[in-house]
Amino acid sequence: MLNYTNLIPLIPLIPLASFVILILFGSRMKEKAAYVSIGAALAAFALSVPGIMMTLKHQSVHMEWIWLYLGDRPIKMGFMIDSLTAMMLFVVTFIGSLIHIYSVGYMHGDKRFSRYFAYLSLFFFSMLLIVLGDNLIMVFIGWEMVGLCSYLLISFWFERMSAARAGMKAFLANRVGDVGFLLAILSFFWMFGTVNFEQMAEKIHQYQGTMLVIPAVLLFCGAVGKSAQFPLHVWLPDAMEGPTPVSALIHAATMVAAGVYMVARSFFVFHGNIEAMQVVSYIGCFTAFMAATIALTQTDIKKVLAYSTLSQLGYMVMALGVGGYIAGPFHLMTHAFFKALLFLGAGSVIHGTGTQDIRQMGGLMKKMPITAWTFLAAFVAIAGLPPFAGFWSKDEILLSTFNSPVPGHLFLFAVGLFTEALTAFYMARVFFLTFLGDARDKEIHAHESPLVMTVPLAILAFFALFIGLPGSPMAGHWFQHWLQQSFPYMHAHEIHLNFGVMGASIFLALSGIGLAYLMYIKGTISPDKVAQSIRPLYIYSLNKWYWDEIYGMFLIKPFLWSTNALYAFDVWIVDGVVNGAAMVARGLGFLQFIFDKYIVDGIVNLFGWVTQKSSRIVRLVQTGIIQNYILLLVVGLALIVWFKILENMHAVL
Amino acid sequence: MTELFNTALTPWEWTQLISFYGIAALMIVAALMVVTLRNIFHSALGLAAVALGAAAIYLMLDAEFLAFVQILVYVGAVVTLIAFMVMLTQRASHGKLVRQSNDQKTISFIVVLSLFALLIWKIPTTVWNTTVSTGNLADAKTLGTAFLKEYIMPFEVISIVLLVALIGAIVLARREPK
Amino acid sequence: MIVPLAHFLILSLIIFCIGLYGALTRRNAVGILMSVELMLNAANINLVAFSRFVSPQSGTGQIFAVFVMALAAASVAVGLAIVICIYRNHRTIAADKIDLMKW
Repeated sequence: MLNYTNLIPLIPLIPLASFVILILFGSRMKEKAAYVSIGAALAAFALSVPGIMMTLKHQSVHMEWIWLYLGDRPIKMGFMIDSLTAMMLFVVTFIGSLIHIYSVGYMHGDKRFSRYFAYLSLFFFSMLLIVLGDNLIMVFIGWEMVGLCSYLLISFWFERMSAARAGMKAFLANRVGDVGFLLAILSFFWMFGTVNFEQMAEKIHQYQGTMLVIPAVLLFCGAVGKSAQFPLHVWLPDAMEGPTPVSALIHAATMVAAGVYMVARSFFVFHGNIEAMQVVSYIGCFTAFMAATIALTQTDIKKVLAYSTLSQLGYMVMALGVGGYIAGPFHLMTHAFFKALLFLGAGSVIHGTGTQDIRQMGGLMKKMPITAWTFLAAFVAIAGLPPFAGFWSKDEILLSTFNSPVPGHLFLFAVGLFTEALTAFYMARVFFLTFLGDARDKEIHAHESPLVMTVPLAILAFFALFIGLPGSPMAGHWFQHWLQQSFPYMHAHEIHLNFGVMGASIFLALSGIGLAYLMYIKGTISPDKVAQSIRPLYIYSLNKWYWDEIYGMFLIKPFLWSTNALYAFDVWIVDGVVNGAAMVARGLGFLQFIFDKYIVDGIVNLFGWVTQKSSRIVRLVQTGIIQNYILLLVVGLALIVWFKILENMHAVL
Repeated sequence: MTELFNTALTPWEWTQLISFYGIAALMIVAALMVVTLRNIFHSALGLAAVALGAAAIYLMLDAEFLAFVQILVYVGAVVTLIAFMVMLTQRASHGKLVRQSNDQKTISFIVVLSLFALLIWKIPTTVWNTTVSTGNLADAKTLGTAFLKEYIMPFEVISIVLLVALIGAIVLARREPK
Repeated sequence: MIVPLAHFLILSLIIFCIGLYGALTRRNAVGILMSVELMLNAANINLVAFSRFVSPQSGTGQIFAVFVMALAAASVAVGLAIVICIYRNHRTIAADKIDLMKW
């Protein structure tokens, strides 16, 4: 009998097969290559449906196999489908399939068409590894591979220098987070002797309190990198250099949500760990607020959406941090739908008009009706208008924050509410400027995109509007109860409606939209005058809080400075000797002056000198001559032999 | 050494002993040639001699199949390839002025010597888990069966490795089309 | 076999150390490759000797030795290609001149 459990590995393996086929033979298939990739994505979707159905019946599927032996201890690998996985599977395979189809239209005529689909398939494979893996190592493997795919796809048009650089930036920023993740895995393995999620959750009570804080924060570092939270958020806006469907799939709906998924999956580490939760919630909250303020002033449609993604991810992370282990994943799902839709809509607009600047658009409602209406659907969803998707999940987050045990939760709640108003405002601004009013640039002749692009838009629009309903009070919070299965270690608690929170959230969303309406449609408030009156803030937001400049100043510049400092030091020595001689001759009058110079310059130069000298010494290790390295290797070998001999001698004695 | 052979030796055993130490001495000399000679081509000849000596050692150890494979692969293929390499890169490696060893000669010597000392100190005093052969020794048939039964997987893998190495070598060495 | 196992091991050790020294000090890339071959041969002698003395009937050590030979052949083939490639591009095969990966 064909057992479903044994079919689970096929879910990731089919996209992998598609990748292999496309990378080997893709160039010969021309645009037919897309069929292979779409077929694989749809097959993965079809195969995950029975698993999702099983979780609906409150069952979970688990399969594992022995990967290797460490000593006598078997290390197991496995796939698992429970409700959290099922939700992610649905999001990844369903949205992913639609984006595959959409890409056929968007990438039509590109010279690396088949390569693009090969990368998409590889991404699919890696993302499914993260989602299905039942242990941290498997998640980590998928994690690194989605990073690679992200790099490949961001710099897909690598002829553009900015695209190549953005890819590198994403890769480097992710590496920083990944180091934390790897350290977290190692420390969990050391503490629990396993990295399997279920087994770790069982053993977690042995380690309550402060012992868990550092591993938990390290684990969160991984999420900070992948989900682009402050301070590693700088890569995500630049990642918009990639093709727009990629931005939709990887940098909005799925990969960046992997960090949120991972934290939710290992929520037992954070649960009751107030210090770690504080870190998580404050970083999430700060990211949400910071990104929303930046999104207010951006004029590139994709940049607005990118900062909006950052902001929404911050929301999810904050939800997890305040203990909303259901609210975070819930918002992840609704966000995946409406943000994918927003990006695809933006892609359709870019495809139709050939520009990304919203100042040049306007009045597209008439020329691109399907795109406009679907974009409107996504807009009402993200702005948090009831009864559409974003409202329910955001409400859940705000409610969790309001009732949170984390110190300072009311402050987080207030910032969250304010961010919601900002979100409504900037999304309304984008929608009004793009689709309503008159066409501002007469040069642009917009046309509606082909069916292969608009049909996925329509399907996504339906979900963006209504995917939140299963989590609404009308459905008796069915979604929350379903997701609760994945958190057996948590006490399910009744959800009490709080109409105050709900009302405040609706009021702020409406006032955000209203303000945008007054500014961009009615024109009663001039946007320019507003910008003038709060000019410093406006400039600050327009320049993205100067993060890139700050990193450049504090990380990259010192590197260059240290070189100059050495030069300055040399000059100072020579000068110092000469001046010293002169000083003796001229008397003590100048002593004060020289002394000042010595202190001021000397300290500055000393830093540079120390950096330079120490880096010279460290640099000697890297000779680049392979035989030096081998020699060191042999020294190591000899030492190991020596220690082994000593050990045996002690054993004999 | 005499205490190792406290029983009287038969002429056949004497032959074995003498040929082992003779071959061993030749191999060591040849190996020294490989690493010290200025002329890289002579080094290659030294390597051939070491390979032949190893084949003789295998014969002594009742591994006839391996001895022939050794001659075929090393003397037939590896040394030939290396000779090719020497000829193709002659201009870079020849000439009296070209230094043949790098700057870490002394330290390498010390390190290798200490590794050597550690191991040679331990080898004679270690008790090895040896058995006296009673039944049939492993022959080519045993090996063949093992390759197609217990070791079928590694065997296939090594075949693929060889194939990949072959293709890789061709790709690397091919002149880039202009 | 009248010669004790330890003597085979010592022979193998001597050849291995000579090969190691060569691999560490030879400037010529081909010379390094040859030294590596010496080391592999030494390892093979070890394997065959253990096979003969420890489990003479199964021949496992000999099987390993065959694998090592296959790898040695592969490494020489690829090594040849790399040396030729480097020689073509840099006009040198001195290992201490080839430091392209250095900072």
